[in-house]
Amino acid sequence: MLAVQVKPEEEVVPLISSKKLFVFECLGCREVHYPVEEAAQFLGNLKEEVTGRATLDYLCNREFARAYIDEYADEIEEAQAVLVFSCGVGAQVISSLLEDKLVYTGCDTLYLHGFQGLTAKEFDCDQCGECYLNYTGGICPVALCSKHILNGPCGGSQDGKCEVDPDMTCAWQDIIDRLARRGQLHLLERLGAPKNWSVEPAS
Amino acid sequence: MKTRSNLERVLEARHFAVTGELGPPPSADPEVIGSKAKFLKGNVDAFNVTDGQTAVVRMASWAAALLGKEEGLEPIVQMTCRDRNRIALQMDVLGIAALGINNMLCLTGDHQKFGNHPTAKGVYDVDSIQLVKMVRDMRDEKKFQSGDDMSVEPCLFIGAAANPFADPFEFRVTRLAKKVAAGADFIQTQIIYNVDKFAEWMKDVREKGLHEKVKILAGVAPIKSMGAARYMKTRVPGMDVPDSVLERLQGVPKEQVSREGIKLCVDIIEQVRQIEGVAGIHLMAIEWEEVVPEIIAAAGLLPRPGVSA
Ligand code: SF4
Ligand code: SF4
Repeated sequence: MLAVQVKPEEEVVPLISSKKLFVFECLGCREVHYPVEEAAQFLGNLKEEVTGRATLDYLCNREFARAYIDEYADEIEEAQAVLVFSCGVGAQVISSLLEDKLVYTGCDTLYLHGFQGLTAKEFDCDQCGECYLNYTGGICPVALCSKHILNGPCGGSQDGKCEVDPDMTCAWQDIIDRLARRGQLHLLERLGAPKNWSVEPAS
Repeated sequence: MKTRSNLERVLEARHFAVTGELGPPPSADPEVIGSKAKFLKGNVDAFNVTDGQTAVVRMASWAAALLGKEEGLEPIVQMTCRDRNRIALQMDVLGIAALGINNMLCLTGDHQKFGNHPTAKGVYDVDSIQLVKMVRDMRDEKKFQSGDDMSVEPCLFIGAAANPFADPFEFRVTRLAKKVAAGADFIQTQIIYNVDKFAEWMKDVREKGLHEKVKILAGVAPIKSMGAARYMKTRVPGMDVPDSVLERLQGVPKEQVSREGIKLCVDIIEQVRQIEGVAGIHLMAIEWEEVVPEIIAAAGLLPRPGVSA
């Protein structure tokens, strides 16, 4: 179970402006915390054309998400970008299933005290409160890079593996590969500022 | 001149610069620094003091740097993000500058898993690029990372590392550009054994005009034994040791391998010196400091210009 808050419009809108959008909204953790009204308001303010919208529970379940992607294949095809309202896991799942699409998240995932429930284990989100997925091809550097660096890869990345463990993929190599597929390599020139490690947890 | 750094002065005067390296001891013994420093004195324009290299506990780099400075050498304090958060990093930056040290090299750091305390918690609050920017803002804007002002700024000549051999190759120059944009004044590269690949990287560097914005010192190191060569080839992340290097060392009798390793190092210095945009070398003869004078002399890099006395 993860808690999210909707990102400020000024952070997301420049990324998606004048692109036709397909929207995913995950309500799987609604009982815990989902900002229904803020998300509705965000979407209501968008000037971009929306080709379709899927509202579902448990986007973090890859098979489940895949079924929805198949169901909405035409609308997704028509869209130039996909906007996801979910936790960091859900956004990573959609991004991994739509590798050649521009996938953006509209949410920050907040740290939540106590029992976390079940989420997919192939993807990880540290609930850091400042989601970077929009700049990293939907692959989380905070949870998946051994040094959780925001300006990777470090000098130890070799043959796609992390310096820490030859069995571990280098998250930043994956990020670069994904950005290359999407024609977004320019995002690597962006200087990631020091992170705020103390975003208020969800209450 | 942004600082009082001897290294900056040498580079600004367009001399081919030479930096060395000194690893502090895993003990409180100050004598080790003095005995290593005597091989560097007069042969290098500045020397790096490593900071818990390979995540092994050693004397603090600023303290060893100060001991080296007392021997009449110009230190470059290495600073990693592995063991310090932004508060500790900035405190050390102020302290280093107050001690009259003029250079700092910003690194992310080898992961703690490699060292002798693998169960330690790594910090990585900021990364090397963010650290470069933080130090630059402290020096040029008199501002802490928080945005607060300070009265006396730390006048440090700011360095960063670059690895032309780590993957993905195409991205390595982008990362260098990012370090330059963040405020790096000089760059020291990973040890070069594959000169062709380094030359290719330098070509990309020149195409982006980066060699005009930052001083690039090519990393070189003599190989002492076949074992060391094989270890670097197979076990050190981000190292590129071509087969031709192993063959050259294998081609001589066992007792002459270290001689050949020194000759190879001198050859590599001569080759990288020919590459446009290379402003100097960074010689890493770790635990083999006694060969530094010979290598620098054989490469025709003596005397050093205006070496700080
Ligand atoms: S950057 Fe990673 S840890 Fe932070 S919210 Fe996004 S997915 Fe979660
Ligand atoms: S090798 Fe890759 S995943 Fe590992 S610490 Fe470096 S950048 Fe992060």
